[in-house]
Amino acid sequence: MSVKVRIPTQLRTLSGGAGEVTVEGSTVGEVLKALDAAHEGFAGRLFDDAGGLRRFVNIFVADEDVRFLDGLNTPVSDGQTLSIVPAVAGG
Amino acid sequence: MDFVSGLRCRECGRGYPAEALHVCDYCFGPLEVTYDYDRVADTITRERIASGPRSIWRYADLLPVSDSAPVDLGAGFTPLVRADRLAAELGLGELWIKDDTANPTGSFKDRVVSVALTKARQLGFKIAACASTGNLANSVAAHAARAGMDSIVLIPHDLEMAKVTMTSVYGGRVISVEGSYDDVNRLCAELTSEQPTWAFVNVNLRTYYAEGSKTLAFEVAEQLGWRTPDHVVVPIGSGSQLTKVDKGFKELWKVGLLDEEPSVRVSGAQAEGCSPVATAFAEGTDVIRPVKPNTIAKSLAIGNPADGWYALEAIRKSGGSCASVTDAEVIEGIRLLARTEGIFAETAGGVTIATLAKLAAEGVIRRDELVVAMVTGHGLKTVEALTGSVGPTATIAPTLEAFAEAMGDIHQRENEQPARSIR
Repeated sequence: MSVKVRIPTQLRTLSGGAGEVTVEGSTVGEVLKALDAAHEGFAGRLFDDAGGLRRFVNIFVADEDVRFLDGLNTPVSDGQTLSIVPAVAGG
Repeated sequence: MDFVSGLRCRECGRGYPAEALHVCDYCFGPLEVTYDYDRVADTITRERIASGPRSIWRYADLLPVSDSAPVDLGAGFTPLVRADRLAAELGLGELWIKDDTANPTGSFKDRVVSVALTKARQLGFKIAACASTGNLANSVAAHAARAGMDSIVLIPHDLEMAKVTMTSVYGGRVISVEGSYDDVNRLCAELTSEQPTWAFVNVNLRTYYAEGSKTLAFEVAEQLGWRTPDHVVVPIGSGSQLTKVDKGFKELWKVGLLDEEPSVRVSGAQAEGCSPVATAFAEGTDVIRPVKPNTIAKSLAIGNPADGWYALEAIRKSGGSCASVTDAEVIEGIRLLARTEGIFAETAGGVTIATLAKLAAEGVIRRDELVVAMVTGHGLKTVEALTGSVGPTATIAPTLEAFAEAMGDIHQRENEQPARSIR
């Protein structure tokens, strides 16, 4: 599965300035691992020591928060967009 | 001159310069403004504050931006009203209402927007933007107009009519998004990365914006004669306001404006249809599970509250509580405040008053406490919520006979009805 990942400003130093990166994977967890393989450093920013998503990292698949889906196990399909979004906003 | 020493991540402690940054690059934690409190303490006095403007800007020494001509419509220094009749109904002792319906655009959001746009202008931004449940939209559009800035305001499509009109009238761009507030918020968080020249007051300017809510605590203390309350009740949307009210009281002590170290119990109020913080409090967990909101209290309908965790922490550390109320109780809360104190609040105010009533009935808020309830938005913004609940007592022909007949009916009805009570 080829998935487009949207990168927020805070992490674009890792992606060479790119706001969008395309990687392979069939679940959210796989996509994020592939992202780290392609651009080292993402895993350290996104995951806590226990391997879960950090408290202030939100991941959206097709604009839905993966916490309403199946978290890192949420399946992704070919051509879908996954967004990494800082949680601290709004209100 | 301000007393800001920089920004610091609340999670990992990394420091940043005082620019348009809101999130730590490393752990995504929220950035917090840090001040040189020793220097503030050397400068600030009760007299200096008293001689300042009758607005939030009298507390400029404790705000993250200083400007001799801030972006200002007169936010803040709203009435603190002694509420004896409401207290009597609820079995409470000394109760006060912080009436923030009296702000220029009718809600507490004017406090945060005045701070955010003053800072935005200083940083060179020409465009003001936000994600809003309505009150913020009103305030950003108005303050941007005042400052001669363009505005781009994003709102969920199902907002109350008044909030849409009160935003659009100022001439900025208003984008109605087919989705919930959380969808709008996510879109704006993404837009912030694409449009770095826009000042999203509650995204990239959020660090400064949030500080404006401290002025609620500053005013309450000053208006009580430089005393702090024993207990405050604060509505929770994102949780930012509650967190900053808690911080505000502590800062007053830190810079030497209080005679005694404050010990203020902070309690949170949510609508049952959107109560992720109240649920976490009740379950005794640290995990705030996001929800899909379904409540008439749209200004608090944030299912994924950015500061939920910090609000929970402030509530627990202060010995406060957190409760949620049904939509029916929200309406009763609005009516109770209106008929006992003459203050017409929007649905969020109904949430606060109904939660106050609930916590008083449970004995969590005690009769021997000095209590302040934050009523943060005007009822005219959400009149739809009261459709079917209030209206004319009678509709009659313009004749004396019809009037007499109607009054006779009313008399009879009132004699038959039991006393109204929210509990």
